[in-house]
Amino acid sequence: MTPIASSTASSPSATGVFDDVVRSESSLRRFLHGLPGVDQVGCEARAAGLATRSIKTTSKAFAIDLAIRMVDLTTLEGQDTHGKVRALASKAMRPDPADPTCPATAAVCVYPDMVPTAKQTLGDSGVHVAAVATAFPSGRAAMDIKLADTRDAVEAGADEIDMVIDRGAFLSGRYLDVYEEIAQVKEACARPDGTSAHLKVIFETGELQTYDNVRRASWLAMMAGGHFIKTSTGKVQPAATLPVTLIMLEAVRDFREQTGQMVGVKPAGGIKTTKDAIKYLVMVNEICGDDWLDPDWFRFGASTLLNDLLMQRTKMTTGRYSGPDYFTLD
Amino acid sequence: MFEYAPAPESRAIVDIKPSYGLFINGEFVDGTGTSFKTVNPATEEVLAEVAEASDADVDEAVKAARRAYTRVWSRMSGAERAKYLYRIARIIQERGRELAVLESIDNGKPIKESRDVDVPIVAAHFFYYAGWADKLKYSGYGETPLGVAGQVIPWNFPLLMLAWKIAPALACGNTVVLKPAETTPLTALLFAEICQQADLPPGVVNIVTGAGDTGRAIVSHPDVDKVAFTGSTEVGKAIARAVAGSEKKVTLELGGKAANIVFDDAPIDQAVEGIVDGIFFNQGHVCCAGSRLLVQESVADEVLERLKRRMSTLRMGDPLDKNTDVGAINSGEQLKRIRELSEVGDAEGAERWEVACDLPTKGFWFPPTIFTGVSQAHRIAREEIFGPVLSVLTFRTPSEAVEKANNTPFGLSAGVWTDKGSRILSMANRLRAGVVWANTFNKFDPTSPFGGYKESGYGREGGRHGLEGYLKGEAS
Amino acid sequence: MSRIDVRKTYKLYIGGQFPRSESGRSYVVNDAKGKLLANAAQASRKDARDAVVAARAAFGGWSGRTAYNRAQVVYRIAEVLEGRREQFEAEIRASEGVSPARARAAVDAAIDRLVWYAGWADKITQVVGNANPVAGPFFNLSTPEPSGVIAVVAPRGPLLGLVSVVAPLIVTGNTVVVIASEDNPLTAITLGEVMATSDLPGGVVNVLTGSQAEIAPWLASHMDVNGIDLTGVEDVELAAELEVAAADNLKRVRRPSPDTDWLAEPGLDRMTQFLETKTVWHPIGV
Repeated sequence: MTPIASSTASSPSATGVFDDVVRSESSLRRFLHGLPGVDQVGCEARAAGLATRSIKTTSKAFAIDLAIRMVDLTTLEGQDTHGKVRALASKAMRPDPADPTCPATAAVCVYPDMVPTAKQTLGDSGVHVAAVATAFPSGRAAMDIKLADTRDAVEAGADEIDMVIDRGAFLSGRYLDVYEEIAQVKEACARPDGTSAHLKVIFETGELQTYDNVRRASWLAMMAGGHFIKTSTGKVQPAATLPVTLIMLEAVRDFREQTGQMVGVKPAGGIKTTKDAIKYLVMVNEICGDDWLDPDWFRFGASTLLNDLLMQRTKMTTGRYSGPDYFTLD
Repeated sequence: MFEYAPAPESRAIVDIKPSYGLFINGEFVDGTGTSFKTVNPATEEVLAEVAEASDADVDEAVKAARRAYTRVWSRMSGAERAKYLYRIARIIQERGRELAVLESIDNGKPIKESRDVDVPIVAAHFFYYAGWADKLKYSGYGETPLGVAGQVIPWNFPLLMLAWKIAPALACGNTVVLKPAETTPLTALLFAEICQQADLPPGVVNIVTGAGDTGRAIVSHPDVDKVAFTGSTEVGKAIARAVAGSEKKVTLELGGKAANIVFDDAPIDQAVEGIVDGIFFNQGHVCCAGSRLLVQESVADEVLERLKRRMSTLRMGDPLDKNTDVGAINSGEQLKRIRELSEVGDAEGAERWEVACDLPTKGFWFPPTIFTGVSQAHRIAREEIFGPVLSVLTFRTPSEAVEKANNTPFGLSAGVWTDKGSRILSMANRLRAGVVWANTFNKFDPTSPFGGYKESGYGREGGRHGLEGYLKGEAS
Repeated sequence: MSRIDVRKTYKLYIGGQFPRSESGRSYVVNDAKGKLLANAAQASRKDARDAVVAARAAFGGWSGRTAYNRAQVVYRIAEVLEGRREQFEAEIRASEGVSPARARAAVDAAIDRLVWYAGWADKITQVVGNANPVAGPFFNLSTPEPSGVIAVVAPRGPLLGLVSVVAPLIVTGNTVVVIASEDNPLTAITLGEVMATSDLPGGVVNVLTGSQAEIAPWLASHMDVNGIDLTGVEDVELAAELEVAAADNLKRVRRPSPDTDWLAEPGLDRMTQFLETKTVWHPIGV
């Protein structure tokens, strides 16, 4: 099992580079609207083109294990119970009880009140606990409540915070509000010992509608110090898509070019099959390169995906197709 | 760590015979001339021995076409002609993979292009024109066919060019004698087999293989009523001279040196894709290739940097590998020309940059290449290279872009990249080119007319306009 | 004692001006009975060259005008011609020796033809253009555009044939260098006067008089001419030679048809022959 680096990862923030940009609402707006536009058709054609890449044999085996290591195994239901979360956490640590060579997932992703339970089960396994905070999934709550939500989760042991942006503010052009909210939530991720929970910023791209908006939101979140940018809550359709992820990968690539800092990307929702997951990995590889092919920099927010990865993994080793009865349903 | 393993398409699907005759009057016959070899450009392996049609063979083919025209095809109702064309479209779909694999073997183009671009558009083209056969009275060009069409096509899109020629000709009630290029005859011969499967009446389609002499024999045959040619401007001019003073109707799709214009407000990532698609699609063996990149000075460095990074991810190699983006140069002769013109670029002081990659030791290969610091005076900015070589020029204002773009004897296509709608329309108006791709490039569709201004030829292929070249037109 | 006529000097019509031939040459033009009508300018290859320069210079502006504006200008030519019909009738009678009724009919037809073509300016695009339903998320539109500078060998006759070959070219935005009928050149220059006073920009129509066989090859081989209309070429060999020369830069060629019935209603093909179809693609997205 590969341990997941957390405190060692470089931590982007609104360094001096963007001081002028975030000085005022108008300067921020000018910057975001000055980013190159995205042509929808061209972007989708590029994503579809990459999806035709054919991956075979050793590359495929590598890709499946990598994908498993990148999964944020997720349960975000009103009906979640401690029992359900414990089962999920067990599965995250040992996805395939029959095969000790199968790697663990990157994290489990739960509501804040479930953090202690998850943490307890996971212990020092290396599997992280990610908590969705800031009035997930709508983000419609007062600022102090969002911050308290975040602090509670961190205090309860969350390694990672998945926050949602205020889409209302974003869509009405109040970019500075969104920026400041992200910056404040990031502050709330700080722990007393000086370390900090990693912050993933969820855009809910299905509500942002256009790729231009996704690109602007990506830069906004990166400038505000988000460690990861994440497509969706999983509660709105469409959730993650290849072209949306393509735009976000281009953004993190360009951001590193400009600042030297890496930011991670997490498509979430709707990724159900190994075939899908591999398409995403191909895209990561071709748009951003090797550096991002690592759970530190790319994650899948998913639940059912894991079992399909396991089935395909078994097929690769046994040479025959497997069935759902041979994998746990937690 | 994430290397794609080879993913070759199976070659077993095609059955290449050791030798091929000519397809005349519905049957494969031995020619009276000599023969030539067609090779796989990716390996230099000889694929088959193909008959070289003599003047007498061409005469036989024209006679067969004339008989079929007079006795069968011109008498058949449009609705019945349509059914044959629909049949052909369906068989092309059914045998699509086979056609794609054979095309890639004989031509060197990547399977992902032959499979996802060439063959689907070929089927679509037949399907589209099939529907016109019984609707010609609404075409605006009358309903009277011309007679026998002599058609000569190039090697860059062997099957697609065949479709562009044969589908409208047959839909309008003409019969055809078609010559595929000497380096890529195999899919045309497979198409002949498809005609047999479709029970197309003998003589309606005749395929004669050969080189320049065979082409000349077709073009100058006195009983040919229509000449359609796609290929070089030089040969196009020779054909225009050859038909002078005759009654033959002519359409010519010739060379190009398209400007692909990138403004500073362009959707930059898509523009980079468009540049790549514009010049590296089909190894740059595309008459409408965006071979002159005109980039606004203020974004030139950024665009070039992104372009180079993108080019570095292009995968070059086995055309049958599904992951191959850039295949083999079609022939040793073409490779020689690409090399020569590139050396001229060096000598003229342009700066060459090419993708670092290992070229296979066998076969004909040229890495994706760009030349920067090119000016309008450079030969590589004026002459068609017909290979994966991009000349990069810069401009400062829209007027300068238009001026440079139009400053060529060609006028086939052009590209414009900008987010400003009114500028797109203004540029589209001012560019003297038959196809203008705005915020996209190298798109083709059966419904969309294609063809050039100036020395890029005349006539249109595709769409309703594509019928004009095969009908007598209303009397004036 | 009767008044002595003030005779007109017939010159060329190039770039909106009426220059003499740079060669200083002229040739005798007789009436139908063989009696001297006037000396016409005998254009040289250099006059042809100057005419092409003028036509090229005028092309951008003329083709860039709105179709409505071109329609009005061509209609204006008809109006001005109508006002001078008696002069044209007299010239036609003198040149061809036809009856007053025949001359009147020819002028009527010429005026009506101009009116007919004038109306096409803003309709031809709608009739020969297309919106193309491509199989993908793209807006795709084909529209006709003028080919550029067109050389024309006008058919025999003073007026109707000339109007019938020139009007369809200019109404779509082309500019023209026309070689008038060698035997009936005078009316062509008088028509030039009409055009010069009809808001037609200089250079849109340039009229050369002289020897078809001498001038036409220079126009056929000229690399800055985009098309050539051989309608009036009666010599089959000359026509073939001109078509061969035209291939040097792939001019659009209209083959000879000297025997056209000019009184019949024309089709679209005199316009469409010298139109290019431009197809513009653009993605459809948000």
